[in-house]
Amino acid sequence: MKAGLIIFPGINRERDMAIALQNSFGTAPKMLWHKDTDLGGLDLVVIPGGFSFGDYLRCGAMAAQSPIMRAVKDHADRGGYILGVCNGFQILTEAGILPGALLRNASLRFLSMDCHLRVERADTVFTNRYQTGQTFRAVMAHGDGNYFADATMLDKLEAENLVALRYATRTGEIAAEANRNGSARAIAGIYSPNLRVLGLMPHPEDLVDPLMGGADGKPLFDALAAA
Amino acid sequence: MTEINESLARSFGLTGEEFERVLSIMGRTPTLTELGIFSVMWSEHCSYKSSRVWLKQLPTKRPWVIHGPGENAGVVDIGDGLAAIFKMESHNHPSFIEPYQGAATGVGGILRDVFTMGARPIANLNALRFGDPNHPKTRRIIDGVVRGIGGYGNCVGVPTVGGEINFHPSYNGNPLVNAMTVGIAPKDRIFLSAAAGVGNPVVYVGSKTGRDGIHGATMASAEFAADSEEKRPTVQVGDPFTEKLLIEACLELMATDAIVAIQDMGAAGLTSSSVEMAGKGGVGIEIDIDAVPARETGMTAYEFMLSESQERMLMIIRPDRQDLARSIFEKWDLDFAVIGRLTDTGRIVVRHQGQVEADIPLAPLSDQAPLYTRPTVDTPKREKLNPARIEDRYGLTRGLEKLIGSPDLASRAWVWDQYDSTVGGMTVKRPGAADAAVVKLDGLSRGLALTTDCTPRYCQADPETGGMQAVAEAWRNLTAVGARPLALTDNMNFGNPEKPEIMGQFAAAIRGMAAACEALDFPVVSGNVSLYNETEGQAILPTPAIGGLGVLDDVTKAVGIALSPWLDLVLIGTTAGWLGQSLWLREIGGREDGPPPPVDLAAERANGDFVRTHILNGTIRACHDISDGGILVAVAEMAMASGVGARLSAHPPNIPGHAFWFGEDQGRYIVAVPDHAAFIRVAEAANIPATRLGTSGGQNLTLPDGGTISIAALRAAHERFFPALMDTV
Repeated sequence: MKAGLIIFPGINRERDMAIALQNSFGTAPKMLWHKDTDLGGLDLVVIPGGFSFGDYLRCGAMAAQSPIMRAVKDHADRGGYILGVCNGFQILTEAGILPGALLRNASLRFLSMDCHLRVERADTVFTNRYQTGQTFRAVMAHGDGNYFADATMLDKLEAENLVALRYATRTGEIAAEANRNGSARAIAGIYSPNLRVLGLMPHPEDLVDPLMGGADGKPLFDALAAA
Repeated sequence: MTEINESLARSFGLTGEEFERVLSIMGRTPTLTELGIFSVMWSEHCSYKSSRVWLKQLPTKRPWVIHGPGENAGVVDIGDGLAAIFKMESHNHPSFIEPYQGAATGVGGILRDVFTMGARPIANLNALRFGDPNHPKTRRIIDGVVRGIGGYGNCVGVPTVGGEINFHPSYNGNPLVNAMTVGIAPKDRIFLSAAAGVGNPVVYVGSKTGRDGIHGATMASAEFAADSEEKRPTVQVGDPFTEKLLIEACLELMATDAIVAIQDMGAAGLTSSSVEMAGKGGVGIEIDIDAVPARETGMTAYEFMLSESQERMLMIIRPDRQDLARSIFEKWDLDFAVIGRLTDTGRIVVRHQGQVEADIPLAPLSDQAPLYTRPTVDTPKREKLNPARIEDRYGLTRGLEKLIGSPDLASRAWVWDQYDSTVGGMTVKRPGAADAAVVKLDGLSRGLALTTDCTPRYCQADPETGGMQAVAEAWRNLTAVGARPLALTDNMNFGNPEKPEIMGQFAAAIRGMAAACEALDFPVVSGNVSLYNETEGQAILPTPAIGGLGVLDDVTKAVGIALSPWLDLVLIGTTAGWLGQSLWLREIGGREDGPPPPVDLAAERANGDFVRTHILNGTIRACHDISDGGILVAVAEMAMASGVGARLSAHPPNIPGHAFWFGEDQGRYIVAVPDHAAFIRVAEAANIPATRLGTSGGQNLTLPDGGTISIAALRAAHERFFPALMDTV
């Protein structure tokens, strides 16, 4: 699997993501600029976190209009793999590649802390190194991570088993105190219908090394590397 | 047309005598733009006219110092061919007037000071002082400052890894926001600001210039009166997105050989950057205002020269690399404009719409800048307190619970949780995990330890001891994670220097700091002075904030404060039971009294070197320095960090219990080791005072007087303060 990152102006977690990918893939990911129009034969497109274009408009709205997003949409349509984390998830929703939107956190404050994510299904290319129902720790760092979709869409996501990850307690319970940003139905990440696009708010890439506090996120990248 | 006279000069912050000096340098009446340039360059903020004579006493040299004070930031050799570049700077006055933007642009400004030297910023810290939590303005100021620091730092993608917060009523009308940035660069690729090469183009990059922040440096050089909030237009507005682009574009350009010199436009904007660059290089400079990118029309030369619009840099570029440089900035959608050239005249000449708006000789502008040895009065010494005569009406358990919930000791998680502390993927010890933040260097086994420290109530009671203690505590905090302290940056926050008692505090604090720097081989490599921190005559506590930097050759050896079970707790250092100026005396005893604890620099050094050695050889599994609140608070913090409790042994009979457990004697650490007997033998052989304190384990803290408190109860008491203050309507 050949992986690459897209850099929009204002993206700032590209180095974290590159380290995580390098660790699992054994090779450095390719870095693409948002004004590029060609993905150069990538199998996995990763949109990392940050504040693309300052997020001065709705988060991700400007980046969704960048030249490279045409190629990203084509990649998705062809069944290519895409991982969008944090601002990357916001960009995927703004581009219409994933449904819903990320609203301001319920507390109206930026939230930077560890959270626990419950794996809703372990049969995808992203999660097959975890068990269904298992929780793993990830770092959240966002001001706008409050997942929103209308009830029909939420029902559809659940009916089609497209909810990837939910905020949970360490032991896997869904509880208000574990869902700090107030996401609808505690949704932290969702899949596209073909399970090849994953968008999530928390950062698995910041916990891939025990020295930095844990390696809970590493299985996700190991799974991708092995795909 | 504005008439240029002494009264206008005074309104710009110059004294009558300083205006006379301007007239004599110019040999004529200056233009408005010229007077503006003189007034900002000679402001306290830019000229350090009251502080320079004292700052010279600070030790600034050691073999590992590459650039000390005088550059945009300090530079030290950290091994592996790398340099750490760092500085701390205040944004106090703007943060009172407009907390969000004041704090945000404070972060932006200090970032630029660091990346302008060629470093990629890898960590931010901030030292904050707020007023009485119950004061009507405090909540709004905390909310704005914390949002501003987060809003800027999170967006620009530099992790905020540490800092400190104190509360005291003296900051009611004058909060302190001191921001520190640390960056890394190859040590043979450091960029300086001295301009060179007559004829070389002067290049402006970054954001456009607007009317914001005009006379910000002058505002920051005066006391506040009741009308201070009318000064809001002097506060700049930050744009962290542009700053992020500017970092990337500058670092990309710095990888080439295009740049001759570079400086950010900070306080006094285009004026200070052009004057300082040309002045340091001994050349002249011509600025064509018509070429400066402008945000709005109709601006005058005076406004262009004094604007403090953010996210701007000035560079001297090799003429044959101009196109390359331009292409990099265009890629990042940033303005790039040639706005002048270097000359051999030794003058700054500013032209606007065909007119010469300023023509000033540079040498006298700096050589004849005012320098004052202001009168000083020593702070009266306070009488020592006898702990045996101070009654403890609370007992240990209740006293501990109250102390750890008090504003100065309560959990800061509410604040940290709003700062991205992990972006970059290199944060080894996040806020609260250890006495200093620890960040790894990408691709190396090496890491840096970072801290900010000052105990203002000690400085108020005895500025010399307080200054010494601030340096010693920073050194101790770096040591407590296993790092070798290398150097510090200082942020001297004081009141009105024209008052002899304030200048006396300043002089004494410098004396104390200098002694500690010397004894601990911990030189000052950069710093900032913020004076006139007074509102309506009420001065802040003297606050010489210290930002310390240390290095760990093997970052995996770093230890934190969290206890693990079944270890022995050993106290390193000598305990006399010093209650003077302790938090216990203030919070439980209800008085701020007595002298602060003395600092024995020889013992500090010996104890610290011993602790570091035994962290690095793996004996010490957790370590915490003993500071505010004394031994019992330190043990409680270690327990809360992991959820593992401890059982404490009886204290020595010659010291009253409350003085032993809550006293703030200096130079002490609590270390967790597998075998206290073996460890104490080694300590004794090295002449290091070491005594057994207890054993870790369980889920309670059990005190020698029979009292027991669960970690859960401790945490509840510890975590209540900030949410209760900030999240309720």
